[in-house]
This record gives sequence, C-alpha cells and structure tokens, in this order.
Amino acid sequence: MLFSPFEIKETVDMFHHQKLDIRAITLGISLLDCASPSGPESRRRIREKLLRVAGPLVRVGREIEAEFGVPIINKRVSVTPIALVAAASEEDDYEPWARTLDECAKELGIDFLGGFSALVQKGVARGDQNLIASIPRALANTDRVCASVNLASTKSGINMDAVREMGKIILEAAALTADRDGIGCAKLVVFCNAPEDNPFMAGAFHGPGEGDNCLNVGVSGPGVIKAAIESCRGASFDELAETIKRTAFKITRMGQLVGGEAAKRLGVPFGILDLSLAPTPEVGDSVARILEEMGLESTGTHGTTAALAMLTDMVKKGGVMASTHVGGLSGAFIPVSEDEGMVAAVRAGSLSLDKLEAMTCVCSVGLDMIALPGDTSASTISAIIADEMAIGMVNNKTTAVRVIPVPGKKAGDWAEFGGLLGGAPIMPVHRFSSEAFIARGGRIPAPIHSFRN
Amino acid sequence: MKAIVTVVGSDKVGIIAKVSNFLAEREINIDDISQTVLEGNFVMMMMVDLSRSAERVGQLKDELDVLGEQLGVSIAMMHERVFSAMHRI
Repeated sequence: MLFSPFEIKETVDMFHHQKLDIRAITLGISLLDCASPSGPESRRRIREKLLRVAGPLVRVGREIEAEFGVPIINKRVSVTPIALVAAASEEDDYEPWARTLDECAKELGIDFLGGFSALVQKGVARGDQNLIASIPRALANTDRVCASVNLASTKSGINMDAVREMGKIILEAAALTADRDGIGCAKLVVFCNAPEDNPFMAGAFHGPGEGDNCLNVGVSGPGVIKAAIESCRGASFDELAETIKRTAFKITRMGQLVGGEAAKRLGVPFGILDLSLAPTPEVGDSVARILEEMGLESTGTHGTTAALAMLTDMVKKGGVMASTHVGGLSGAFIPVSEDEGMVAAVRAGSLSLDKLEAMTCVCSVGLDMIALPGDTSASTISAIIADEMAIGMVNNKTTAVRVIPVPGKKAGDWAEFGGLLGGAPIMPVHRFSSEAFIARGGRIPAPIHSFRN
Repeated sequence: MKAIVTVVGSDKVGIIAKVSNFLAEREINIDDISQTVLEGNFVMMMMVDLSRSAERVGQLKDELDVLGEQLGVSIAMMHERVFSAMHRI
C-alpha cells in the first residue's frame, strides 16, 4: 500500500472526527473598472461583472468537495473597496452599492461578500467619508455584505479622526439592528495593517494592489491541532511546538492542494493560502480548548498569552513551508462568540477584555466578536479601537476590532447572533472616561521603527 | 481518478466481500488493499481506481454511506491526492 495504515487513519480522522475543513474559498474580484460618474451605471457594471466572474464559484466548490472528500464550508467573494469604486460617481449615499452587492451575493448563493470598505489610515477622501457614513444603513438593510475600514498602519500611524468617527458609526450600526442584538456590528471590522488578500470575513476585501482576480483560501482546523497535542500531555514545549508545526504543515498541504485545484477550475490565479485556526461555536472546533489542552485550567488565566504566542508561531512555521504563497492573517483567531471555549472562559470569569487585548499582541487578528454593554459611549469604543490600533502599529502586525455594543443589554446578559457568529455573554468595559483623549483628533504619528528606508 | 476507501468498525463476517462486491458492480477496480486492527477497530483500506466507473463521485459516496449503515461500519472515500499532499513531500 502506498500509504501506511497510520497515515490513512490520521487523515480520515482529521476530516471525520476533528472537523478539519477548508473554511473558505474567497474569490477576489477587482471592481476598479466598474467606476462611473453615474451611480446606476456603476452598479450595473458591478452586477454584470460579479455574476459573470463568480458565477461558477459555488458549483466548482461543490464539485471539489465531492471529488476530494474535503468539506469547503464557505464560498465567498471579496471586492475592491467600494469607497474607491463609488468615488467616481456623483452620488453621496453609497447604500445602493451595498444593496447591489447583497443582491449579487444572494444570486450567487454565497453567504458573505466583503469589500464595503475604505482605507483611511492616513486621510479620509470624499469617497471614504461617504462610505463610512453609509455603513450603518448598509449593514442594517443587507444580509450578506461585510464592511471594513483600515484606520491605521505601521507606515502611516493612526488616523484618530477616523477612529473617533468609527466609535459613533459602530453605535449607530448597533442601534439600526437593535432588534437583532446589534448584528450590524458583527459584519463590520476596523483594522490596523489590513491585509489586501485576507479570505476571512468580515474583513475580506480585494486590495487595490491585487490583480483582476484571484482565489484566496482559508484553511482551518482547531480540532486537529487539539487532537494532535492531546498526544503530548506532560511533554516539554519543544515537543509540543514540533507537534503543532507538523500538524499545521499537513493541514496546509491539503489547503494548497484544494485551493490550487479550485483556482485552476475557475480559471483564475491562485492568490494566497491563509492558514488561520478559525473556531466555530461548535464543540470540538475551539481555539480556547487548544490553549487549555496545553495545561491551562481556563483560557484567560496566567500563561494564556504565552500559550497563544507559541500556537500562532508554530502554525505559521508549519504552514509557510507547505504553501507556495502564504498571506492573509495566518495564525490563530480568538473571537469570543464564535468559540465555545472562549464563551465558557468568559462565563467562568477567567477571561476579561483586558486579557483579550493582551492576547491580541500575539494572535493573528484582534478583539473579535466581543459583545459590550449597550450603553457603552462612542468615545469608549473609539478608545478600545485606539489601543488595538496602537498594538498593531507598533508591533508591525495586523490588528482588528469587531465589537458589538448590544442595545438595551448590560454586562452579564447574553447576546445571540446566530449561526457561525454564535452568541456571547456581554463583557464589561472600564467605567472611566476616555472622552477628552478621543476628542483631540488628528493623527498619532508612525513609530520610529517604521522608517526603514 | 484514484481514491482511498476506508472501512472502520467492529469486525464481522463478510465485510470485505460485501464492499468488494459493491465496487465490482460499479466497475471500480481495487489496486491495493490492506487490513489491520488499529486501537481495537477493524480497519480496511483500499486504493481504488474510479476511471471506468460511470457513477458520479457524489452519488457513489451516498451509496457507500448506505452500505456502511447496513454493515454497521463507517465507510469513507477521499481523493488519493489528499493523502499524497499530507504525507509525501
């Protein structure tokens, strides 16, 4: 036999017992050629292009699933930041673009479409301003469109005017979807150092530096990593690290195979492979449980940051060698509502917002899917964002914030978002004001170590 | 295409015969076969060639699920390339 029984069983178990899957194949499509002085004309071009280019996406995804025996959970599309496309038009309200994207997503049969986005790390252009102002209504009146705004970068510093504005926008997005626990905010993420090729929602967009189109792939598999390290109980960190790395390598090779095949059948270039451990609310698909398997009683206790740092790094090291192009976020995601173990840790009182912030220094994204009290002020939300942007800017990494101030609810209450977004207990924020700090506006300059020329 | 079929469950008379028969009826050749006991389970692995089979892979899998239920075992089928990607550099 070409493979040993152990190898075959290992692979079959990964898919059948440890929930290994391709989390998303995301087709990036440039809409730069859909700009027009006429809004209706621009939207007509977008519609025509999306349906033409992404038309076969779901069918091809299903074919590959059947043929390879590998589940592909989500088929998605990311597009050029709409602020860049809509800026050419004479219209100021960009909500109609979001509606067009939503209609296309529904016709294509995909669950999310990302790219209702703006890049404002240094300044806010007219198109960016219009887009940001349209976000709350765009998210309230669509189901499948995701919005993102890049507020900071290591090279440009932090745009604090935009940070202040986004605090208000997040509250407004929550208010317009108050009947669904503020779900609008679950489709909105703000970034520092946003990657242009991220296949994961809500932050996926097709960056202006990308080509006409490409296929990016997000592989997941927290359950596989957990199962692998269960065999290392009591072993030293050296052995633990090696085990994670080897497992990440195998998972990534599978992702590369499937991603390459999907790109070939769609007739588009293969972009990147993002080897993030992305949890789901299902039992057995949790990043928190991996950290606990390493020897922590409950995620959030002392040692959590070190455990996460090693996990993220070993996932990257295993993955980098297994793929021709690694990109996106690549590491470990630590959302609260989407991770059954994180939710349990918050409930047990071991995981706080402050500890999550510390963890974001070493994870691959940031404060993600965290429910906040509905009466949290806009300046406090902006200040939470500013802290997170600072971590990303200084450490030369991507950081993000996706928080949901749940209207009418207070700390300790439960917020339910449904499906893959899960649900979470509402976490308290500091009661001291950041109002005067946020009111200053302007820009926080880029850090000294960004000047590498 | 080549695929690997695995059959896992408690051992009983006729598992190999029934699975082989199922494959033969569909013009699926068995290139290689091995059988062992792993962690107390009967495990059979087959490398099969689907190039002469007229059935679609998706349909074949559904039928294998039904057969597995009848035999009280779990039958999985995956593309051979997935195993090559993971275990061969």
